Amino acid sequence: MSFDNHIEITPQLVADHGLKSDEYLRILDLLGRTPTYTELGIFSAMWNEHCSYKSSKKWLRTLHTTGPRVIQGPGENAGVVDIGDGKAVVFKMESHNHPSFIEPYQGAATGVGGILRDVFTMGARPIAAMNALRFGAPEHEKTRHLVSGVVAGVGGYGNSFGVPTVGGEVEFDARYNGNILVNAFAAGLVDTDKIFYSKAEGVGLPVVYLGAKTGRDGVGGATMASAEFGDDIDEKRPTVQVGDPFTEKRLLEACLELMATGAVIAIQDMGAAGLTCSAVEMGAKGDLGIELNLDAVPVRETAMTPYEMMLSESQERMLMVLHPEKEAAARAVFEKWELDFATVGKTTDDLRFRVLWQGKEVANLPIKDLGDKAPEYDRPWSPARKQPALRPDDVPQMDIADALLRLIGGPSLSSRRWVYEQYDTLIQGNSVQRPGGDAGVVRVEGHPTKALAFTSDVTPRYCEADPVEGGKQAVAEAWRNLTATGALPLAATDNLNFGNPERPEIMGQLVGAIQGIGEACRALDFPIVSGNVSLYNETNGKGILPTPTIGGVGLLEDWNGMARIGFAAEDEAVILIGGRRDGGGHLGQSLYLRDLFDRREGTPPQVDLAHERKAGDFVRALIGDNIATAVHDLSDGGLAVGLAEMAMASGIGARINQLDGLDPLPWFFGEDQGRYVITIRRSDVDRFFDELLPPTALFAPWIGVTGGTALTLGEARSIPVAELREAHEGWFPRFMGA
Amino acid sequence: MNATVIVFPGSNRDRDMIAALTAIGGKPPRVVWHQSDALPPSDLIVVPGGFSYGDYLRSGAIAARSPIMQKVRERAEAGVPVLGVCNGFQILTEAGLLPGVLMRNASLRFVCREVKLSVENTDSVFTSGYRPGAVIRCPVAHHDGNYFTDDETLARIEGEGQVAFRYAQGTNPNGSRNDIAGVFNDRRTVLGLMPHPENLIENAHGGIDGRPLFEALLKAA
Repeated sequence: MSFDNHIEITPQLVADHGLKSDEYLRILDLLGRTPTYTELGIFSAMWNEHCSYKSSKKWLRTLHTTGPRVIQGPGENAGVVDIGDGKAVVFKMESHNHPSFIEPYQGAATGVGGILRDVFTMGARPIAAMNALRFGAPEHEKTRHLVSGVVAGVGGYGNSFGVPTVGGEVEFDARYNGNILVNAFAAGLVDTDKIFYSKAEGVGLPVVYLGAKTGRDGVGGATMASAEFGDDIDEKRPTVQVGDPFTEKRLLEACLELMATGAVIAIQDMGAAGLTCSAVEMGAKGDLGIELNLDAVPVRETAMTPYEMMLSESQERMLMVLHPEKEAAARAVFEKWELDFATVGKTTDDLRFRVLWQGKEVANLPIKDLGDKAPEYDRPWSPARKQPALRPDDVPQMDIADALLRLIGGPSLSSRRWVYEQYDTLIQGNSVQRPGGDAGVVRVEGHPTKALAFTSDVTPRYCEADPVEGGKQAVAEAWRNLTATGALPLAATDNLNFGNPERPEIMGQLVGAIQGIGEACRALDFPIVSGNVSLYNETNGKGILPTPTIGGVGLLEDWNGMARIGFAAEDEAVILIGGRRDGGGHLGQSLYLRDLFDRREGTPPQVDLAHERKAGDFVRALIGDNIATAVHDLSDGGLAVGLAEMAMASGIGARINQLDGLDPLPWFFGEDQGRYVITIRRSDVDRFFDELLPPTALFAPWIGVTGGTALTLGEARSIPVAELREAHEGWFPRFMGA
Repeated sequence: MNATVIVFPGSNRDRDMIAALTAIGGKPPRVVWHQSDALPPSDLIVVPGGFSYGDYLRSGAIAARSPIMQKVRERAEAGVPVLGVCNGFQILTEAGLLPGVLMRNASLRFVCREVKLSVENTDSVFTSGYRPGAVIRCPVAHHDGNYFTDDETLARIEGEGQVAFRYAQGTNPNGSRNDIAGVFNDRRTVLGLMPHPENLIENAHGGIDGRPLFEALLKAA
């Protein structure tokens, strides 16, 4: 076959590679000549938004990313946080939005595969996964198809690979009609002295290709993911990769076995932009050049061109730099697992990225400019317009019991059982809290009492109304959900999903959200240790809701003492921790307004970070001291929904008073932040109010008593827990038609 | 107890099974890689769950034809207890060691949830730790657990007491005929079941209804 590496580089070809004309001029400037076709492909792979973070880097630098437990912050395959006893948790969240819209099963599956690879690349065995999924309106013609495919894809990959999916989110909003979000999280455990990094060290060492063969799937995927969608979306199907969890499972076992031999100097998985990105990152980070010989790359199709090989996003592949004297032992490991093992290049000292094919040099580029010195933009941005506050006299009325049943029986708050029962939530035998609570909890294998808690949170409607407050709220809610199990929040990963950053109002959302996230992470000692930015989530010029998903990780010293959301026993005191003395009742941007009256109005609730911290630390102490018998954080739908969830989780009802003189609607459905509902034994009530509460200066009214088989909210009619459950469990299966 | 766990590429509940056997049996089982042609002397051979060879073909079909399964068949014929869980059950049916086949779940979806099982026959080394007629809790996690046989075989296994476990109280998660969750061979020395007793053996799992199965095997060894 013929491959012409020196075709004319026309402005159209440059544009087709997603490169702007000023970026192309920069390339000409860097090289002092016209790039070859392969080189143009390499630049497009490295300089696209997905790989280079060129629009967000300036702002990401402002995040809080360090702390006494942080072993590795952003910039590696995943973040690493010390959990004591010589162990660390390795975790990250990453989006696979564009591919999942085009091909939901494979898009979601390879999203899970990619994030698992990021974790075990660092030497960690994956122990937990989560998925934050956002779909269009339930009634949109594509939504059911996308839900069905994405959920099956997430399950298909994670279940076969063998990692428990312990949490996540599933939400619907018309703003995702043309652009769904699939944010995959994975966490693994590693010994702190056996962590592996991507930075290559040493000149003349073998660069080894491991795993599956290279095919034509996913060519140009990262570039596709860095552009808006138009009407030609179905033509983009070939840019979606195909997942093979069986090979990934073998790759995991082979990599961990290989790492144990001491042969590995550096390792990088081939994710977005495949061979190009992994080779450039290893070299650039280590201040080394890399020379690749493509004739040695295992391929599964004939006549692949160097351009295709460099841009393929075939899955389940790794690149490593190995100690040459251990190459034979390394090869034996991969042969045992029946995976490809090929020496495809070497490290050099010339800081060039050189690619050879059929005896010719098809690319020769400055490696630092491709990698850590890629372009960076300070894009113009405009702050979000402030929404007017919702007037108290403008609150639409509804019967409290009816409103509650409609909320928990609707698309936003109904049970996600239909989804999570398609995920293996208990494999590995360590899941001590499975989906349905505030956070998933997984025991630390090999330790008698320790466990890790995982949660994923963001409230996009708040972020749109006020990006700064929304960013703060996403972090605070993640921190709160971890706290509600009794865990100490350790660190977080952020997956920032936004529209087109070239529009100042979208850029303003990104800047605002990062500011809010930064403030909250600082105030709560909850550093961001890894993350991912997904921009251009737009179809035909319509952007998604700004969605900065926060994946949080917390540590429980003893899982036996953790809290759950279900009411634990009859006749216990129900206490609202962290309420507002004036009753609060913030209904701006609430689910009550949006889901029941289709009104997206008002300011989102303010997040008082000092209050968050005080309330959370108090609740955690109450769990640790075995005072709190059940704990649930309050968020979407407010107090009424929180109480209903606590009742449904155990079957025990409760009778709740509304505070004297307060309007019941805002009291039960307001979404004020920094609040928890807890229950305590009657015998602890005096001690709680006389000794434990006063030093905190928190407001924590005793609002009711557990018992019976119905939930009674103030003057509203009693709702049997069975009726709550029926409403809660019914929506999703009905919606999906099964 | 000298237990042996067979591991194929794609096995993924091998670690859960090894943990259960170690916790209850008091010592770790031996782990035999599928390419091995030697099977150590064993009181129990376990084929664990997972997605052997990716299960891209019929679940268990490729693993059933691997060389190690010939050795397992020889031991089974000699009367050594063989336990297959989930993918292991699929492999044992594909290998012809157990009657029937496991089809895709009736819902066509993977299902992971807790079900109820009635213990149908306690006269075996696997089930002697349960009370006759006991109903126990147990989790399932599978895509292809829909047990099927022709009418003649169904009548025979029902008549010969080869049904070990049945989904109880309306919890059949996959459409299995006669709610069958686990079956024996005709001598009741080979057991295959879709649910995961190894995932319900300690308080951290939320219950210990899976323990008696392993304890009975330990006692018999």
